[in-house]
Amino acid sequence: MYQILEKKVLPETVKLMKIKAPLVAKKAQPGQFIILRIDEKGERIPLTIADFDRKKGTITIIFLEVGKTTKQLGKLAVGSSLLNFVGPLGVPSEVKKYGTVVCVGGGVGIAPLYPIVKSLKEQGNFVISILGAKNEKLLLLEKEIQEFSDEFYIATDDGSKGQKGFVSDVLQQVINKHKVDMVMAIGPIIMMKVVSDLTRKYNIKTLVSLNPIMVDGTGMCGGCRVSVDGKTKFACVDGPEFDGHKVDYANLMLRNRRFMHEEGEACKLEGVQ
Amino acid sequence: MSVRKTKHEMPQQKPEERIKNFKEVPYGYSKEVAIEEAKRCMQCKNKPCMKGCPVEIDIPGFIARIAQGDFDKAAEVIKAKNNLPAVSGRVCPYEGQCEGECTLKKLGEPVGIGRLERFIADYEREKGVKIPKKPKALGKKVAVVGAGPAGLTCAGDLVKMGYKVTVFEALHAPGGVLMYGIPEFRLPKKIVEAEVDYIKKLGVEINYDVVIGKTITVDELMGEFDAVFVGTGAGLPNWLNIPGENLDGVYSANEFLTRVNMMKAYSFPEYDTPVKIGKIVVTFGAGNVAMDCARTALRLGAEKSYILYRRTEAEMPARIEEIHHAKEEGVIFKLLTNPISFYGDKDGHLIEVEYINMQLGEPDESGRRRPVPIPGSEEKMKIDTALVAIGQSPNPLIPHTVKGLQVGKHGNIVADDDGRTSVPGLFAGGDIATGAATVILAMGAGKRAARAIDQYIKSKK
Repeated sequence: MYQILEKKVLPETVKLMKIKAPLVAKKAQPGQFIILRIDEKGERIPLTIADFDRKKGTITIIFLEVGKTTKQLGKLAVGSSLLNFVGPLGVPSEVKKYGTVVCVGGGVGIAPLYPIVKSLKEQGNFVISILGAKNEKLLLLEKEIQEFSDEFYIATDDGSKGQKGFVSDVLQQVINKHKVDMVMAIGPIIMMKVVSDLTRKYNIKTLVSLNPIMVDGTGMCGGCRVSVDGKTKFACVDGPEFDGHKVDYANLMLRNRRFMHEEGEACKLEGVQ
Repeated sequence: MSVRKTKHEMPQQKPEERIKNFKEVPYGYSKEVAIEEAKRCMQCKNKPCMKGCPVEIDIPGFIARIAQGDFDKAAEVIKAKNNLPAVSGRVCPYEGQCEGECTLKKLGEPVGIGRLERFIADYEREKGVKIPKKPKALGKKVAVVGAGPAGLTCAGDLVKMGYKVTVFEALHAPGGVLMYGIPEFRLPKKIVEAEVDYIKKLGVEINYDVVIGKTITVDELMGEFDAVFVGTGAGLPNWLNIPGENLDGVYSANEFLTRVNMMKAYSFPEYDTPVKIGKIVVTFGAGNVAMDCARTALRLGAEKSYILYRRTEAEMPARIEEIHHAKEEGVIFKLLTNPISFYGDKDGHLIEVEYINMQLGEPDESGRRRPVPIPGSEEKMKIDTALVAIGQSPNPLIPHTVKGLQVGKHGNIVADDDGRTSVPGLFAGGDIATGAATVILAMGAGKRAARAIDQYIKSKK
C-alpha cells in the first residue's frame, strides 16, 4: 500500500499529492511516469512524475480531475493509501547540456515539466520557460519554475496574466530573439503539435511528452502505441518523450478518445461528474 | 477384459449457454468416472507418457493411485514434481505430450491424463492443500523475476530445496499469462490464486509493482542474491504491419485480454477498466490466444466472431480442444485469407478490413505449406473490432538492461536447456528464452533452472 502523505488543492480541479513510494523515488528521473491503481476494482492510470524526494522516499503527482479515476483520487485524504503504485516507468528525459533551451508547458503539462526544467538548469543550460494556461488562476508551479529559469514568460488565453494568447506566440518571439538549441514541450496534444510545427520551420530539435491511454505500462499491451516517423512506438517503454517533429498527433488525439463514452458512463454511475 | 477405446467424456456447459457467461466450460470428472478412466491405464513398464512430460510427473504412478481410489496419495505423487497441477491440468497441450505417447493410442484414444491431473488437483484444492514440511534452510537467497508459470515453478522448487526465494512481479497480480492472458472460462482466476497461494505457503515471498530493469536493476539483484532467475515471458505483441493498424478498434490480443481478464472489463462499470467491441469482431491468427480472443468476444456480446487465418485448419497452432470449443460456440473461420489493410471512418474508427485470398504453395522452413496470395482475389468486409493475435515476442525490458547478457536475434535471452545465460549466476527460462511457447514448457524450464541454480550455488562454496 502506498500512503498519501500530503495533498494540496491547486487551482480548480488540479490536485497535488505526495505519495510514499521509496523504491520508485530512489530511481525516479525527470520525464518518467508511474502507474497507479486506487483499489481492487480500479483501472491502472499513468501519471507523469512531477517531483521526487529520494531521502523522504516520496513521489509528487499533480493531476487534473478529468475522468472517473482522477476524480476518485482527488477525493482521497491524507493518510489514505493507494493499492498499487509502480514505477519509475518510461525512458528518462534526455537531460544534458544543449546551450539555450526553451521549456514550454501548458495546463497540467506544466507539472512534469518542472523536474526537467530543474535538471536542465543544473546541467548548465540557459533555460527559457514559457508557461501557458486558460487564465491566471489555472497557472501551476509559477514560482517553482521561475526559480530555475533564466528567462520566464507566461501566456494566458484571456490575458489575465502575462501575454494574451498562446505559448506558441511567445515561443515565436523567443526564437526571433535567441538562437534556440532545443525545445521541450509538454501540454495538451494540440499545443505540442503547434509548437512542433513552429520549431520545424527553424529546424530546432523538439521533444514532446505524450500521454496516451495505457494499461500495463511495461510494453505488454500496446494500447499506448503512437506513430512516430511512420513507425509504431509504445509510449510506455519507447517514450513517453519523442521527437515532436515526427509524431502523428492526429492519430494520438483519436486514440485518446477511444473510451470517451465509457469514461462518461463510469463517472455518471459514480456520481463524480 | 477388453479396454475401453475412448476417453471418458468430461461434462461441460452447453455452447449456447456458455457463450453468455465467463464460467469455466468443462466441469471435470466425478470420482467414479476418474477411477474408471484411471483403470484404462495399462501401467506400461517403460512409461512412454513420461517422456512427453516437461515437468517429469510420475504419470502411471499417480494414475495407479486414482485407480485404487487413493486420491490423496495421487496428489502427493503429482505435487512431488508439479507445483501448479490445476493449471497444467487445464491448459497443457496433452495431445502432443503425455497423451501423444500413450500406448492406448494404438487402440483408440489415449488415457485422459490431463483430465485426471485436473481431477486430482481440484480434489486436493477443495479438500485443503497439504503443505509439505519446511526443509532445512540453506542460508542462500534467490531472486525470481516474474510470477508467471516459469517463475512460480522455479520459486516453488527452490524453496522446497531450502532456499529463501523472493519473487518480483511488475503487475499488481501474480500468474503472468495465467492471469492476464488465459480467459476465466478456460482457467478460472480463483484457481490461479489458489495455486499461487500454495507457492506462498511453501515460503516464497512475492513482491508486486516492481519492474525489474526500472524499479530495481538486475545488477542490484545480482549483488543482493546468490542467483537470479528471469522468467519475464513473451509480452511484446507482434503486429500485422498493415495500414490502419493504429485506428480506434484495433487491439493487440494482449491489450484485449488484459483488459478483460486481469482488469475484469467484462464487469464494467462495476470494474473501472472498459473494453468495447461492437457487433462484428475479427481475430487474426489461429493459435490458442486467437481462440481465446474470438471466444471472449462472443461472451462480451459480439454478434459475429470471425477468425481470419492465412493457412488451413491443419496448420492451426491452437490445441485441438480450443478449436473444437470455438467452433461449437459459433466462431466463424475464414481460412486462407490474409489482411491487407484496415479502413476507418472520418473520425478514425475502424469500419472495414480488406484481405486477399490465399492458396497453399510449397512447404516453408517450418515444414508447413507456405500460403501464397491469389492475385486479384482481394475482398472487403465490415468490422467493428480487430484483434491481432499473431504471436508475442520476448519482453525487451531485461535483455537490454544487463551488461554482458547475450541476446538472440528475436530479442530473447540466450540460455542453455538448464537456463544458464552468458552471465554467471543469472538464469532465464520460459518464453523470455525460447520465444512464445506454452505454459507447461515454461514450467519445465523453471524446474530445470531450479536444479541448475542449486548446482551453481553449491559449486560456489
